[in-house]
Amino acid sequence: MARAVTPQRKAINTTLAWAVGLLIFFPILWTILTSFKTEAQAINDPPLFLFFDWTLENYSVVQERSDYMRFLWNSVIIAVGSTILGVLIAVPAAWSMAFVPSRRTKDILLWMLSTKMLPAVGVLYPIYLLFIKLGLLDSRVGLVVVLMLINLPIIVWMLYTYFKEIPGEILEAARMDGAGLREEILYVLTPMAVPGIASTMLLNVILAWNEAFWTLNLTAAKAAPLTAFIASYSSPEGLFYAKLSAASTMAIAPILILGWFSQKQLVRGLTFGAVK
Amino acid sequence: MYSRNALRAATALTLIAVGAAQAEEITIATVNNGDMIRMQGLTDDFTAKTGHEVEWVTLEENVLRQRVTQDIATKGGQFDIMTIGMYETPIWARQGWLVPLDDLPADYDIDDILPAMRDGLSVDGTLYAAPFYGESSMIMYRTDLFEEAGIEMPDAPTWDFVADAARKITDRDNEIYGICLRGKAGWGENMAFLTTMANSFGARWFDEDWTPQFDQPEWKEAITFYLDLMEDAGPPGASTNGFNENLSLFQQGKCGMWIDATVAASFVTNPDDSSVADSVGFALAPDTGLGKRANWLWAWALAIPAGTQKEEAAKDFINWATSKDYLALVAEKEGWANVPPGTRTSLYENPNYADIPFAQMTLESIRAANPNEPTVEPVPYVGIQFVAIPEFAGIGTQAGQEFSAALAGQQTAEEALEKAQALTADEMEAAGY
Repeated sequence: MARAVTPQRKAINTTLAWAVGLLIFFPILWTILTSFKTEAQAINDPPLFLFFDWTLENYSVVQERSDYMRFLWNSVIIAVGSTILGVLIAVPAAWSMAFVPSRRTKDILLWMLSTKMLPAVGVLYPIYLLFIKLGLLDSRVGLVVVLMLINLPIIVWMLYTYFKEIPGEILEAARMDGAGLREEILYVLTPMAVPGIASTMLLNVILAWNEAFWTLNLTAAKAAPLTAFIASYSSPEGLFYAKLSAASTMAIAPILILGWFSQKQLVRGLTFGAVK
Repeated sequence: MYSRNALRAATALTLIAVGAAQAEEITIATVNNGDMIRMQGLTDDFTAKTGHEVEWVTLEENVLRQRVTQDIATKGGQFDIMTIGMYETPIWARQGWLVPLDDLPADYDIDDILPAMRDGLSVDGTLYAAPFYGESSMIMYRTDLFEEAGIEMPDAPTWDFVADAARKITDRDNEIYGICLRGKAGWGENMAFLTTMANSFGARWFDEDWTPQFDQPEWKEAITFYLDLMEDAGPPGASTNGFNENLSLFQQGKCGMWIDATVAASFVTNPDDSSVADSVGFALAPDTGLGKRANWLWAWALAIPAGTQKEEAAKDFINWATSKDYLALVAEKEGWANVPPGTRTSLYENPNYADIPFAQMTLESIRAANPNEPTVEPVPYVGIQFVAIPEFAGIGTQAGQEFSAALAGQQTAEEALEKAQALTADEMEAAGY
């Protein structure tokens, strides 16, 4: 049923898509380019695009000054940990909302989302004080819990949307065959929802990886992830642009590569349910 | 790697010598700048001497300020040493948040610390934060451009001289602007500069009854002078220029003069980064003959939050990092130009350091600053480019936005001053002054 697309139109669309894509990617490209310049070249006016003496000096300085692997490891644990914990809680929640909705389900969903509307800084002090009392400051466990709570509404919403697409009759049939609640969720629902769960997890890993408010405010030395690594190279008094760019490139590289390889999953997951 | 291992071995030996039981690990929060990074690189020397290990938390200045304030106000206990400035020190000390540094050993020679620095970091005569490096502000100017224009810069110029010279040097066709000044909004950005400029015009933030003074003629004169000068001789888009932006302009040869932190002198004279390194001169910040110059005073200092479990180890660190020996250590490893400036009299008496082209002017600028008597008329507050009360960070930034908007041409000087007066009066009333 697809409409016929003229080659001319196709060319225009392709050009436009590339232009928008490049525009969005440009800041990242610029960061990567700047990371190979000297500090003097980084602030050169007019800006230098490709023709400068490429140097790896910034990377060696950054490597020497900071323990990159420790920050990276913290980021991995916090991002992956909070996502797994979130999914463990969200799957049963989304199941009940999708298949056994009550009169209040829609309200609960909206209320969950409304927690995202409060600026994070509004609850900074209560959470900071709680963390002091519980001894969770500068601990990865504390950050896993906080980031899980922050992303939970999104995980529940995404899973709820996927689950809604799965015909309830299949689950009913499983129940007729004697499956209990646990088997129903584990062996029938989850396998069918794997693509949805996978893309939800991917998106949440990215969100948790990039989270820079709580990760900066609740850590000091031991649990600090890559966001703190970047923050240590920014300065209002002194030129650190090239080093900052090198640090940023190192911080985004792992997640960029992950995103690159899982592009298809991500796009499919994000558009799932959008086109009926 | 080899030297690091050697140091570790030395540390281990020292540990055995001093007794391992005392060794502790302290966490230090600090800002990202050249002197602090150098200190991190030299930590092994401290560990070798005392056995204590150090964990560094380096953050951008504004992030750090918010982070340590939050931690100390809630007694979070995340840090054993905090890097704080002259603004925080008196406020926090009065709150009882800092450990007094009144038992430093005799060889620390506390009397060697420059009086202006010591005063700014003390409350009622007790030191609460030890200065790691100190700065004032001064004029950096292009000797070649001044020579071409046939102007000679005196050591202590007036604002009228500076404005005339700036207008003469400006050559917009060749992208040379007579003067580069801060315009980016923020209490530590444009307001740091504008407050010192206002001081030199006889203005003050508050009178002795804490009444805001933006409606007085001195402020109007200072702000009008600033806006006119920037319009005639400033770079385009100056309302978003802070330290880094102006540094970059100056290094590329686009500024005839730049009035900013003395620490910038080492950047603009560094031939690796600066295209004008050979032709930079220095002069005291300008005045109008009223007795106050437009120069500030700032120190990044090390303080111990009250309640830390590792007070002794923290004191050992401060004693190491702000000592005379530390200055000698940096000089030995990285050269005299990289020694943290502005804290000790003995540094400026050292003949090796006197060769540094900007050393003398830095010292004189620091000496010309008095945080306890910052203005021509008497004031109830301490601080030159800031007012050391907790409310100032908020008020200063809001007022800064008004003046930045005026510089961008969005409002007149009168409108900006009127708004600054109103918002300051509101905030001060709400705060109970």
